[in-house]
Amino acid sequence: METATPVDNGVDVEALLGAREALTEAPEAAQFKWRASCKWINGTHSRSSVKSFFGLGEEQAHRTEFTFDADHPEVFASEDKGATPTELILAALASCLTAGVASVAQHRDIQLRSVTATLEAGMDLQGILGIDGEVRNGFDGINVHYDIDADASEEDIAAVVAQSQKRSAVYDVITNPTNVSVSVN
Amino acid sequence: MRTTTVVIGAGHAGLAMSHCLTERSIDHVVLERGEVANTWKTERWDSLRLLTPNWQSRLPGFGYEGDDPDGFRDMSETISFIERYAEVISAPIRTHTSVSSVRARNGGYVVDTDRGGWQAKTVVVASGACAVPNVPALAVAIPTGIEQITPKEYRNPDQIADGGVMVVGASSTGTQIAAELQRSGRQVTLSVGEHVRVPRVYRGRDIKWWMDRCGVLDEGYEAYDNLERVRNLPSLQLAGSNDRRTVDLNSLTDLGVKLIGRLAGITGGKAQFSGSLPNLASLADLKMNRLLNTIDEWVAQNALESVVEPAQRFETTRVDASPPLGMDLASGEIRTIVWATGFRPDHSWIDLPVFDRKGRLEHEGGVVEAPGVYVMGLPFQRRRKSSLIDGAADDATDLSAHLTTLLSGGGPAAA
Repeated sequence: METATPVDNGVDVEALLGAREALTEAPEAAQFKWRASCKWINGTHSRSSVKSFFGLGEEQAHRTEFTFDADHPEVFASEDKGATPTELILAALASCLTAGVASVAQHRDIQLRSVTATLEAGMDLQGILGIDGEVRNGFDGINVHYDIDADASEEDIAAVVAQSQKRSAVYDVITNPTNVSVSVN
Repeated sequence: MRTTTVVIGAGHAGLAMSHCLTERSIDHVVLERGEVANTWKTERWDSLRLLTPNWQSRLPGFGYEGDDPDGFRDMSETISFIERYAEVISAPIRTHTSVSSVRARNGGYVVDTDRGGWQAKTVVVASGACAVPNVPALAVAIPTGIEQITPKEYRNPDQIADGGVMVVGASSTGTQIAAELQRSGRQVTLSVGEHVRVPRVYRGRDIKWWMDRCGVLDEGYEAYDNLERVRNLPSLQLAGSNDRRTVDLNSLTDLGVKLIGRLAGITGGKAQFSGSLPNLASLADLKMNRLLNTIDEWVAQNALESVVEPAQRFETTRVDASPPLGMDLASGEIRTIVWATGFRPDHSWIDLPVFDRKGRLEHEGGVVEAPGVYVMGLPFQRRRKSSLIDGAADDATDLSAHLTTLLSGGGPAAA
């Protein structure tokens, strides 16, 4: 008799489903606040850090503080001490979608063997340099390509990737407008 | 006035319930704010036809007897079909009687109307799932020069100003109105959110025939752990027409309709559209193919390959590589916006603690928590077909049985 190996992508789907049920009953606990702080170091080099956040009705914290150096490469006359902020956006999008791929696959009993995302975003520097007012500062589009090896049909894998976009916070932040308010002192 | 059961609404759902109550010898009255089939008479556009074929309008004790079972009823045929049903079953209808409230009293309910009150032991709410057109909150930011209309008021293109139209919503209503307005010579831009794509005809048969035969329409609510999702699914992109044509995004593109992403915001007179259109198109294509796979598997299991046409897959939805993400609403390009963003029921007159935190009537398969109160015709309330005319028979049968058990005091009835 053949025994199927349980699918394990390292995602605790039971806990996630339990959380969904609990937060349906207590929507106020679903209100989260994400935070980051950023210190200028020198030139275009800065260091952001994340530690605390709010959720489930109380203050929470990561197990440790995480930091992210951002800078610009030497072709921008900078010292290249970190990723560009725009690259961090791509990293955030890829990480968010990939977490979704793993979770959705686990929920659908699909064993993943490897998942690699490759991203590219176009940008016309005439925008941020103020050369042409009709050119936007941001990306003119983002391409994400997934190479996925999994125990599932091509259609089922495509459906996992599509569902991960549907449920992704960063995908939503990028594809939809968000009000941003910036204050000083 | 006293009766055992007050049914509110004399559309197909209320009438189906009336028939089942009569069969069970339960004294009842059907209260109707207007006339029989009122919504069909007063709140639907001229060219609308039922999305389900004639054979599929099966009400308890009443089916299709004409010679065009695969056709689609227009509005006047739909109205006379429901009127004939009301006659055939001799439903005890009080027309032009508007219900203003339903309250609990003495272990039963008081139903107040503009023609006096009724005291009843049980109440069946059959006032329709599509009573109030949804208009998103951002509509308040639309510049004043642009006309806005909902499908409840839309009748035909003559109502609409010359010039461009933006239809918001790409489900059954939005796609049909977009096609009609584009054919009328106006440039239509269709803002596409989540949608459900299906072909009208597959392997030589209507998609509804397949969904009926494969048991998809009979799927029960108990089988779904995420009812919230299935109850809020957009309507199928379907239209009823004599030429049985498919209305999907590709057919609209062929007509000249421009597809853009979901309307996500309006800032300073400029509309902003979501960049999620490629994924929404992809989700709909994948979902359609899963339904077609279900049909193909059913054909194979029943060894019917030789009597139906071969399996096929349809062209994936064509979406521009970079559809516009913004539009200046002051430019004059758009003169009218049609909000095809769904409908919701109006249960505001129910004065009972039976609503969830979003103001929606809570029920278990149509059984409302207030004992003796039932609801009919809501999306997926008991089965996938619950909101169809064809879904009323099974739901009315089940709920009238529950109601009868409750009246006889026969212990807790199963939902």
